[in-house]
Amino acid sequence: MPSVTRLLDGPAVTQTLARMAGEVVERSGTEGLVLVGIQRRGVELANRLAGIIEQAHPAANIPLGKLDITLYRDDLSTIGPRPRVGETSIPVELEGRIVVLVDDVLYTGRTIRAALDELADFGRPRRILLCVLVDRGGRELPIQPDIVGLLVQTTLDDRVDVAVTELDGKDRVELVRGGPV
Amino acid sequence: MAEGQRGRGAEGQEVPTGLGKDLVGLEFLSAEQIQLILDTAEPFKEVSERAIKKVPALRGKTIVNLFFEASTRTRISFEFAEKRLSADTVNVAASGSSVSKGETLVDTARNLEAMRIDMVVIRHPASGAAQFLASRIRSNVINAGDGKHEHPTQGLLDLLTLRDKFGKIAGLKVAICGDVLHSRVARSNLWGLLKLGAEVAFCGPYTLIPREFMQLGVQLIPRIEDAIAWADALNVLRLQLERMEAGFIPSLREYNRVFGVTRERLQRAPKDLVILHPGPMNRGVEIDSDVADGPHSVILPQVTNGVAVRMAVLYLLAGGGPDWRQQAAGRRQEGGGADE
Repeated sequence: MPSVTRLLDGPAVTQTLARMAGEVVERSGTEGLVLVGIQRRGVELANRLAGIIEQAHPAANIPLGKLDITLYRDDLSTIGPRPRVGETSIPVELEGRIVVLVDDVLYTGRTIRAALDELADFGRPRRILLCVLVDRGGRELPIQPDIVGLLVQTTLDDRVDVAVTELDGKDRVELVRGGPV
Repeated sequence: MAEGQRGRGAEGQEVPTGLGKDLVGLEFLSAEQIQLILDTAEPFKEVSERAIKKVPALRGKTIVNLFFEASTRTRISFEFAEKRLSADTVNVAASGSSVSKGETLVDTARNLEAMRIDMVVIRHPASGAAQFLASRIRSNVINAGDGKHEHPTQGLLDLLTLRDKFGKIAGLKVAICGDVLHSRVARSNLWGLLKLGAEVAFCGPYTLIPREFMQLGVQLIPRIEDAIAWADALNVLRLQLERMEAGFIPSLREYNRVFGVTRERLQRAPKDLVILHPGPMNRGVEIDSDVADGPHSVILPQVTNGVAVRMAVLYLLAGGGPDWRQQAAGRRQEGGGADE
């Protein structure tokens, strides 16, 4: 039987996102800011962060981008299931802007490596920050986040499940031990 | 996407069915597989709109475009699709290659395969050539038109264009007009449309309509005026003069007078039609210029969708091909040996 530990409940997710949004503004202001979410839950989290920032700074108008990194994965040529490709849209020129890359869980770092490659094909931002709700360790590449909601130590057999209201009906972060990875 | 949850798509689910090794015809695909290709084509449309029109998905894959028949649109479309996925491509035309010295199709393909290619895109004047090749080589084979049999990527791009226009395929009435007999485009369209739940009618001179298809529930509408009145969309086929000997139609002028899709005929239709044509057009024969260039025509969107659909097919087939590294390792374990 897999054991499930609740890491964040609904109010805790809201609170965490509010703190993260504050850190984003603290580090980069709101001028020239673009939030880019990684499909799928990163997109919803980026949306939420932008909402919080715009509420606190009504003058700010923060463009939102979506990134699907499937076509930039490094394991595509190995035989396996072909993942469904989602939407990518970067609504503004990235030249000179500060891009905040948003994802739900940071683990091996390979998704972020792919996302950085893909962003580079859209332009040359002044700076890219990495913002994740959960950092579960286990990096396979030299990639570190700038803004972290929750740091949790995990093993290879663990799974971190992030649920967001927009897609799953409620906000929640859980650590699943002994289940299918 | 949460990292560490590999092999899952943006939806977080495994994509259950791939396409297998080859794409020979839509006849051999399920409705789900056809939908998968169309859905996968959607995000690829956006890649062609980027400043840098390239993604690394097929980096390191080698693709040979083996064209035994003249083609502009299809060959260039495949080549763009391959290049936008970062594959390396080689074009082989029948003229100027060893084919003109009498080399057989299988020998040509096996020699290419000995150079460790991953995919072959083939166009050939003989019906069944793609299937023949697919069963004899390990690389993925994609049919880019074989004789009068199928032209699956054309069928798929027509489906995508119709879906863009109408939102869905099921329940649509599509009339395929003209030279059905010689048309691989008609056959691929027929299979695709029927599998996705559309109603299909053929319209054209009796000499150019094969009757066998009526068993599949295809209607025969003898008059173009009636087809225009019935249909939501017309797929106007090219009169394939190069595949015809004399006797199918009295003259091109008469064909245009009786079966041509003209503005006057469209104006009398009870509703607006969508007009497709696979190209190249015989303007003034099967279709008039003011229809081809008019507001109902989706002929250029078809061409744009062609690149996206071919990218989707290449992407979905990649990975089902030969793993040359594994085979090389296997040979080494067996104690080496001569190169095949």
